Amino acid sequence: MTAAHDRFRVLERQPFISTASDSTIRGVFRTSLEIVRRRDLLSLLVRRDLKSRYKDSALGVVWTLIRPLTQLVVYYVVLGKFLGAERGLPEFAIYIFSGLIAYGLFSEIVSSGTSSILNNAGLVKKVYLPRAIFPLASVGSALFNFAMQLVILVGATLLLGTFPLHADLWYALPGLALLLIYGYALGLLLAALNVYFRDIGYLVEVVLLLMLWASPIVYGWGFVRDAVGPSLLLEIYTDNPVTLAVLAFHKAFWIAGAESAYPEFLLMRIGVALVAGLIFIVFSQFVFARLQGNFAQEL
Amino acid sequence: MAKKPAPEAPPAAPEIVRMRGVSKRFIVRQDNSLKERLVTLGRIGRKHRSDFWALRDIDLTIHAGTTVGLIGHNGSGKSTLLKVLGGIIDPTSGSAERRGRIAALLELGTGFHPDLTGRENVFLNAAILGLTRAETEARLDEILAFASIGDHIDTQVKFYSSGMFVRLAFAVAVHTDPDLLLVDEVLAVGDEAFQRKCMDKIRTFQQEGRTIVLVSHSLDQVVDLCDRTVLLNNGEVVFDGDPRDAVREFRGILETRRKAEVQAGGGAAAPQYLQWVDSALATPSAPGPDGELMAGTDLDIEFDLHCDAPKAGMILAIGIDSSRGQVAYSTTTRLLGVDLEPFTGTRRVRFRLEDCQFGPGKYFVHISVIDEIGVHLYDWPQAISFDMHDYRTSFGTVHIEPRFEIVDG
Repeated sequence: MTAAHDRFRVLERQPFISTASDSTIRGVFRTSLEIVRRRDLLSLLVRRDLKSRYKDSALGVVWTLIRPLTQLVVYYVVLGKFLGAERGLPEFAIYIFSGLIAYGLFSEIVSSGTSSILNNAGLVKKVYLPRAIFPLASVGSALFNFAMQLVILVGATLLLGTFPLHADLWYALPGLALLLIYGYALGLLLAALNVYFRDIGYLVEVVLLLMLWASPIVYGWGFVRDAVGPSLLLEIYTDNPVTLAVLAFHKAFWIAGAESAYPEFLLMRIGVALVAGLIFIVFSQFVFARLQGNFAQEL
Repeated sequence: MAKKPAPEAPPAAPEIVRMRGVSKRFIVRQDNSLKERLVTLGRIGRKHRSDFWALRDIDLTIHAGTTVGLIGHNGSGKSTLLKVLGGIIDPTSGSAERRGRIAALLELGTGFHPDLTGRENVFLNAAILGLTRAETEARLDEILAFASIGDHIDTQVKFYSSGMFVRLAFAVAVHTDPDLLLVDEVLAVGDEAFQRKCMDKIRTFQQEGRTIVLVSHSLDQVVDLCDRTVLLNNGEVVFDGDPRDAVREFRGILETRRKAEVQAGGGAAAPQYLQWVDSALATPSAPGPDGELMAGTDLDIEFDLHCDAPKAGMILAIGIDSSRGQVAYSTTTRLLGVDLEPFTGTRRVRFRLEDCQFGPGKYFVHISVIDEIGVHLYDWPQAISFDMHDYRTSFGTVHIEPRFEIVDG
């Protein structure tokens, strides 16, 4: 019985913790710490998602590239050549693709984040885990796909002789941060709501389809400025965090368009959006913490 | 099935679980889409929901090192209680606290992904149960040895037989070094050899001072494993204490429900029952303190037999099943060499079972009327029941007086 007594002695010194989820500041903080502590689980979940997605397919990961490349070709030919959207936008293919991969990252984080709790219903119903880990795992697998696409983009700039080795390359970092922060905050919020209202999942797909056109991805920001003029509408359009991220990606990777139109105070706008995004994440975490207590019975 | 003397939690054993006034209300909604929700928002919306209290005001303190069984019929709240304990469901009111490392034995490989290999699933599942990668690596050999699935470990889990699946899942769960292990109906899996292994592991856990909370429908298992058993009925604790007493209480509840169901729901089936046989009674010749049958005494099974028309070569059969549904005994008039004279009308008949030596527990008697070529004209399953006295010296379906002595030295 010595093993038992040793166990008791260790146990005696441990504090009691409530089994209920805690949506106070301390509770949310503790959950965040727990996710950090369980990063091994996070990486395994990401790997599980990626592996299961491309299981038994001959081309496997290549499929992650085929979708954005197809989009690129369509937009390049139809919008760029037929409709003339490439006017004033040199190296239009690079322009489109750098915007597309930015948007692709955001859209994948949000859409797979939204369905993450439902897709892991089996686990959520049976075993305690910090549930916010599932939307976070969606961020991980989206990042992997993004990295593959980024390699293609950089490879293409090499081929075209416009490798983005210039001072503005670092714009990519705040751009990426914007996508991750807003993507995760939205994914977390919608994942929780989707458990209660299953329509959210469908709604998200539609809205993501629309949002592609609400940022200067397949047309220039200058077109919008010329169309609406300096007005509140332009400010709203520009300060969309996804638009800011796309613009940052253009700055970083689209070297041929260094002279084209960018909004004023781009960096400041990005900075403000980043701070707002962090507040948004905190808000989402509180909502998530509040709603997660009843996940198991709603699934 | 030898039960080691219940390790009465030493006074030093600290509390590991504390529940105070825990209640859980489920709201059952009929509307689940956004549209319906919006349409029925507010006051009218309340009409579309009904409340259901899965747990009511539960107080429960568990000391470390005990094995606690939760029993009750389906919907009594035992799984909900386990989920509150596991942090999967928040209680509506009251507080539930626990400490130490917790692991849940999941239902048949929840958390296993069919497309991953066995090895990958071990890591994933161990991580789900709270192990770091390094900890899993350190225990990997032990886990694989316990699961004993050999080279299949690098095969995708979807190609596993269900037995291999379960062995691996169980192996991972028991190697996570939990202080508190929650088990929900999973010990009756795998082949016999593996079940034995599981039971051995559970007993090792008990000796190591780990706490186990077990939900089970197998009452024998509960009696066998648990130091303490909590009986839930309609979300309330109706009994908390010795497993044998809890099981007896529970069988009483089940019997009351069964009778109520036969009376209420038997509408269509009842006329058929009454066609041939009714007014069945099981009477012990020398009943014990609770009217139960004592070993070595006689049991009379009597019933009315109705015949609309004379029937030649008719056979009457009775069978006695243990509460687990296992056949304990059966006999027929043919085996007894009795020829029933054809008759019309009603006769009262009796089987006398002399010197009964059934093991402790509840038994059910079923009655059949069979024609000469073996066609069952009529069956009345669980027509009556009786209780066998519990001498607290043995388990099983037969009563044998055990003795123990040291023969030499």
